[in-house]
Amino acid sequence: MPHNAPQSATRPNVAVLVSVGHHPLTARARRADQDARAVEMALSLNDIQASLIHAGCHDADSDAALCGYLGMGFEAIELIEQSSGADVAPALAEALRDAAPQLVLSGARAETGEGSGLLPYLLAESLGWPIVTGLAAVESIEHGVATVLQALPRGQRRRLRVRLPAIATVESSAPAARQSAFGPARRGELTCQERPGIDDEALAEWRVQPARKRPKRLKIVKATSARDRFKAAAAKAEGGGGQVLNDATPEQGAEAIFKLLREEGVLR
Amino acid sequence: MSELVRRDPRKEWIARNRLHPQHLEVLAELGGGASPSEWLGPNGLMRRDPHAVGFIGPNGIKRIDRSGAQQAAAQSSSRQAQPEDTRRRVEIEAPAFLVAVVPDMPSGRLSSHDRDLLGLARQLADAEPERPGAVLAVIFGEHKETHFDEAGADRLLHLAGEGFAGYMPEARIAALQSVERELTPRHWLLPDSTLGGAELGRRLAVRLGERPATQVWQIEADAASEHGWRCMARGAAGSSDISRTLPRVALALAECAEPVSETRHAAQPVTLAQGLPEVLGRIEDLGAVAVDPAGVALAEAEFILSAGNGVKDWDAYHHAAQVLGATEGASRVAVDDGFMARDRQVGATGTWVTARVYVAVGISGAIQHLQGIQGCDKVVAINLDGGCDMIKRADLAVIGDAGAILAALVAQVERYREQQRENRDAA
Repeated sequence: MPHNAPQSATRPNVAVLVSVGHHPLTARARRADQDARAVEMALSLNDIQASLIHAGCHDADSDAALCGYLGMGFEAIELIEQSSGADVAPALAEALRDAAPQLVLSGARAETGEGSGLLPYLLAESLGWPIVTGLAAVESIEHGVATVLQALPRGQRRRLRVRLPAIATVESSAPAARQSAFGPARRGELTCQERPGIDDEALAEWRVQPARKRPKRLKIVKATSARDRFKAAAAKAEGGGGQVLNDATPEQGAEAIFKLLREEGVLR
Repeated sequence: MSELVRRDPRKEWIARNRLHPQHLEVLAELGGGASPSEWLGPNGLMRRDPHAVGFIGPNGIKRIDRSGAQQAAAQSSSRQAQPEDTRRRVEIEAPAFLVAVVPDMPSGRLSSHDRDLLGLARQLADAEPERPGAVLAVIFGEHKETHFDEAGADRLLHLAGEGFAGYMPEARIAALQSVERELTPRHWLLPDSTLGGAELGRRLAVRLGERPATQVWQIEADAASEHGWRCMARGAAGSSDISRTLPRVALALAECAEPVSETRHAAQPVTLAQGLPEVLGRIEDLGAVAVDPAGVALAEAEFILSAGNGVKDWDAYHHAAQVLGATEGASRVAVDDGFMARDRQVGATGTWVTARVYVAVGISGAIQHLQGIQGCDKVVAINLDGGCDMIKRADLAVIGDAGAILAALVAQVERYREQQRENRDAA
């Protein structure tokens, strides 16, 4: 079902910021992975009106990549035309201020260019909206408040309540994006919009080169005698000096383990 | 005690005369108390008795330790008590500038990423020896760390308070802004980690109006730049390197610098003159959500209950994992025998786990299994055999029947849960 077809004033408006990605192996332009997850999250929400916004150049390569998002079930992408070295944050902020969506979703960082992941924060600061990172799911949007699940390291989740309008970023902990269908991708269209761009001057001063492998950290042994050096080289990985409970009753053993689990805070 | 050598010619004469009735006592006395193998000869030369060297090892064979560790241990009562701390103490009274570091402090302690970051901060602070800067560590909320001095912090700003518990990025940014206003550090360094540093750093940079360098992995001195430094940062999802001048705010990756090891610093507490501002947060933390531990990937699980050949009652084991809220793991034997799924195998051929707490039930600890748990912080072993390798690796080992101990543990945790529930109902 195309999502932005029926217009309704009551349903909350969700805008998804999409960018042109970069395939890590073939180096072709593609839909960016995290942005596609953000689109997937918008599609999984009920009773909302989703729209896609992209700011960037308008050429054959990036248009083909953007069609990947259209193939997920959209009729149009709003394209804010900018030159290739431009800072898109002001133009995007202006566009969002005009569109006034309730929730803005985006990937955490771009796959091309600087890829600093700073854009959502810049938008939040210039619009004065709160920002939430690492979204795993949006539970509800009602009465100007969104309840969301935030993904934490080690597979943990945290529930947050955010006042809307707000910006939320999606990382690779969010559900994977659906496949892009060819037909809808061909039928969808890009609606262009002209907004003045600002050239990113700092970018010109940087030297950009393909990533080189980072040097591996050496294991430095500061030993004063030959025996210490030998021990460091031949040592097995050992905890060293662990507590051993011999001849303890099962209850005493369980008590000791329980105490350790409590101290480490893994019992919830 | 005086270090002057006092010679007693009579005793030396007795020491030379092996037939003298007091020969052994005098030899022991001259040899520095416990070790009669060496003594000072009449010409000031050290004499040694090769028969008295060494000690009888556990197999009844004489062992000689050439490192001197054994003799040093024997003499320790008379000479030095323990090896001296050779690290240089550094105190910076009037720093020319400040380098602020905001460590992640996962579970209240400095992580290795935080230590690397403090090492990076030291590079920035110590660049000019005649005008040294000071490293300021800014810590939020409760913590358990006691070694900020060894990690390289000259100043420690501990922002305690209820307001920083849980997910409170807005309150933290407001506090960091007041640090900026009062102390105005020359550099801000934060870890670019998913534990919170990446988010906090970007928020801070945007609030201060600075363009940060993200994913920095190397810095080098460069006189042409504004602050005298260039940095190398990853860009474009890690596929390119950007070489640029180091801005005021930098977010650095792990292993960006060597951690401090040769010096100790003051870690002198500082406070803010003005109190922290009240912040009306628009993000409300509703607390952690219970996740199904079985659904968490084994490689990133926090708490693993792992079973091996010593487990006989598998239903009780699964029940225990469920009650404890632990992710299930297994040794290769348990998997090969068909008791556990292949994707639950821990070890060299299975998954390399990084749990904070790893409980090994009935696992003797083959070397392949021990490799797989190298990244674990605390290892608890429950085993019948007190001599196995897992016991040597474990921080806490309980020798006994695994089934009985697990049952007792489950009963204890259930009692604890019951108590918690009552307290919550009462409150």
